[in-house]
Amino acid sequence: MNCDHCDKPAVVHEVVIKDGQKTEVHLCEAHASAAGYVPQPQPLNQLLSSISPANQIVRKSGASPTCPACGMTLGQFRQQGNLGCETCYETFESVLESLIERAHAGGSHHIGRSPSGAGRSTELRELRMKLVRELDEAVAAEQYERAARLRDRLHGLGTTAGDDAASSEEAPDQVGE
Amino acid sequence: MKDESSGDAGRQLPFRSTDDPTKVRSLGPWLDPSAPDGDVVISSRVRIARNLSGFPFPKRASDPQRHEVIEAVRRAPWPEEIARGLIWVGMRDSSPHERELLVERHLVSRQFAQSDTPRAVAVSSDESLSVMVNEEDHMRLQVLLPGFRLGEAFDRVELLETSLEENLDLAFHSRWGYLTACPTNLGCGIRLSVMLHLPALRITNEIERVRRAAKDLHLAVRGFYGEGSESAGDFYQVSNQVTLGVSERELLEEFCQRIVPEVVEYERSSRTLLAERNSVLLDDRVFRALGILRSARMLGLEESMKLLSRLRMGSCLGRLDAVSLETVNRLFLMVQPAHLRTVAGLQLDDDQLREARATMVRKVLGG
Repeated sequence: MNCDHCDKPAVVHEVVIKDGQKTEVHLCEAHASAAGYVPQPQPLNQLLSSISPANQIVRKSGASPTCPACGMTLGQFRQQGNLGCETCYETFESVLESLIERAHAGGSHHIGRSPSGAGRSTELRELRMKLVRELDEAVAAEQYERAARLRDRLHGLGTTAGDDAASSEEAPDQVGE
Repeated sequence: MKDESSGDAGRQLPFRSTDDPTKVRSLGPWLDPSAPDGDVVISSRVRIARNLSGFPFPKRASDPQRHEVIEAVRRAPWPEEIARGLIWVGMRDSSPHERELLVERHLVSRQFAQSDTPRAVAVSSDESLSVMVNEEDHMRLQVLLPGFRLGEAFDRVELLETSLEENLDLAFHSRWGYLTACPTNLGCGIRLSVMLHLPALRITNEIERVRRAAKDLHLAVRGFYGEGSESAGDFYQVSNQVTLGVSERELLEEFCQRIVPEVVEYERSSRTLLAERNSVLLDDRVFRALGILRSARMLGLEESMKLLSRLRMGSCLGRLDAVSLETVNRLFLMVQPAHLRTVAGLQLDDDQLREARATMVRKVLGG
């Protein structure tokens, strides 16, 4: 179904029944945003209650997984809203991934300081994030040569904050092509 | 088991010995009326959440583990300028009344004060910095400054965090950043907030527009005592909700360049408009409040916050020569239950407390 105001596909659908009259609203992303249907970070309790059984990690035995480090179960997390330890993030990763992104208005990767210190590592991390975003855009636009160059640059940056080889010769402003 | 966090037993927090509401030894740094943009911005706060790797988060940790965390944080390298004069307070060694004082002075959260597990707070001598150990996360580093001084607060808390992490192995995930007990706080783990006094926007009903705009910008708007508290006295605490996918510096810039200046201007222009177009209504609100505060024989907390808010607005607009902004700010703190009990008696019941509050306010305002 297309947007009420343009030919783009509608992503927001709203049915309003007022005084017995039913009206429908169908909006694309841009028009939805303009009309105030902006996605909001959701309170944690709403996010937790939205974890449906289908989304839960279920082991072969059918039992809910338990954190090997602290013994917390997914059910306990749902009840309490807090995780038990850092390992819980790996244990419940498949459930947490979408919950975290929704809680942070779509934010999916850390940007900023890291334990190795501020400064250089921060710049590197932010450069890396910028490259990732541009790579996504290039793939979406089917610009495969550009995407390959961006991928090579990302590989050159390494994967850890302290690994700053190859970045010094390439200024961030060279990224956009 | 004795609470190992209770060192410095001989050292007293500066506000523990108050005997007269007009002679409080320390007002609390966030109530300084001469601070930048202090007419609208009461205080600026930066808080960072961090956890130690290798320990369960506080709620799931055992008591020995909680003690270990307290010791690890105490022994970490604190910057010399902060370590000087630092006071450690073990919660298990503190009376309920002392804990409540810490809450009222915004040095610890209510949740922290009420829990019965091993917890400690480090407070700088000027009360602008505090570190809660074993709240929801192992460390909550906080700097609270009067007025619009978010940048300074950020620099100070960053200095402390950088120093502490030299010796502490922090829980960190390559994708999700600094890990916290609640997934809504992970990432950069920073919470910037400003306490705003917005009486004119409240009177003109424009406050709802501010709330809607804040929601669109993914900001939380809370009351005087943070999460779950109402906007008593027209005070609104505005803070960021998103901590992942955005850097500390970006958040700071957004607050300092855009969010806070815009709300401050909005409130100021509403105050000016009120004074120009509806001065009778404005003066009526201000002087009616003064009249009640000078005459009442019993005052509830919420009512006194509301009336003091009106006095504060009148004082900022120069319509109330008889009462200084400093006096009003002082009263905001002194009407709080624990501060009032410090002065009027620890055993007062609710009615006696309301009576004591009215007596104290009349004495200060010359009723």
